Amino acid sequence: MQDLVSLFVKSIFVDNMVFAYFLGMCSYLAVSKNVKTAIGLGVAVIFVLGVTLPVNFLLNKYVLTPAALAWLGPDFAGLDLSFLSFIIFIAVIASIVQLVEMVVEKYSPSLYASLGIFLPLIAVNCAILGGSLFMQERGYETLAEATTFALGSGIGWFLAIVALAAIREKLAYSQVPKPLKGLGITFIVVGLMGIAFMSFMGIKL
Amino acid sequence: MDKKIFIEPLFRNNPVTVLVLGICSALAVTVKLEPAIVMALSVTIVTGFSGFIVSLLRNTIPNRIRIIVQLVVVAMLVILVDQILKAFAYDVSKQLSVFVGLIITNCIIMGRIEAFALGNKPIPSLVDGLANGLGYGIILIVIALFREFFGSGTIYGIQIIPAEWYIKNGGFYENNGLFILPPMALILVGLVIWVQRSIQKELQEK
Repeated sequence: MQDLVSLFVKSIFVDNMVFAYFLGMCSYLAVSKNVKTAIGLGVAVIFVLGVTLPVNFLLNKYVLTPAALAWLGPDFAGLDLSFLSFIIFIAVIASIVQLVEMVVEKYSPSLYASLGIFLPLIAVNCAILGGSLFMQERGYETLAEATTFALGSGIGWFLAIVALAAIREKLAYSQVPKPLKGLGITFIVVGLMGIAFMSFMGIKL
Repeated sequence: MDKKIFIEPLFRNNPVTVLVLGICSALAVTVKLEPAIVMALSVTIVTGFSGFIVSLLRNTIPNRIRIIVQLVVVAMLVILVDQILKAFAYDVSKQLSVFVGLIITNCIIMGRIEAFALGNKPIPSLVDGLANGLGYGIILIVIALFREFFGSGTIYGIQIIPAEWYIKNGGFYENNGLFILPPMALILVGLVIWVQRSIQKELQEK
């Protein structure tokens, strides 16, 4: 249990998806002009990561790793399907996003109205695929670990985008050199935020 | 064929600094020049050929499921690149770690397929994809050059700053460790954008 708590905190702050690995940058920069939409996209990312990562974890464990298919019988024990992982992960993500969109539309129209436009965007958000690939590379062992990592990374991404949106709302009133206005200054601000987030790096849990 | 398709993405309409696509992987692989060049080549190949293949299929893909079809085409090409890297450049492939897989979700690729390949013939799509990959590569190489030179004192692994200049050898010089760390990549991209927009005034935001 203690391990899970420390993994959770670590994936929010120390291994923050945005500041440590630059994942999900495209939508991070494009959808952070105001706090309200940033919250919408952030919640959608937590949600989709929380759903897709455990599914990919199970697929990885019981289908993709070398000799994972042994449960089908001894004939399958020698198979190594790990080269298929990219295509399977992205197919799972794309179809789950599609499925989640339909379910949310049917049962919670109000949530759909606020998340709706962001859901299709998320299928190609690198934070989601990155989460699955990190899960595979770091070799998380249990479903609980994978889910904790998913939620932690999602919340870290959420915090990062809301913080940037809040700064950009204030930035609109400041005097920025003309060529730096908009995109340029946003990059520099994210860099400075990254330096601030690095203060978490030395923390041992 | 129109020469503009090839020239524009290299500078004037650069995918990274003007269209803001493909930032995710652009920053993570630029600590050293070598992985940056390998990454740039891989992305160029995948963007070019995915544009070509999707453009061949463009009249047969139903509109509703086109995203999934595109993702499958891209994922197939990325698997090929990944397997080739693992076979012939294992060290670099380890350094790039998950970022080879993340080429699938690199927005440049989907962006060019959606914006260009779906409405154009195969050969122009191939050229457009390659040019955008190269435009991405130029930014990657510029950033990696600065980060490697200031962060490690080397360029492409070759020592540029004389070894006797370092404090540990009795000199006065110390590498700037900040350049190795992730945040500096973002600040450098910001500065590149600053330079580009000072030259091309029409890109400045109001």
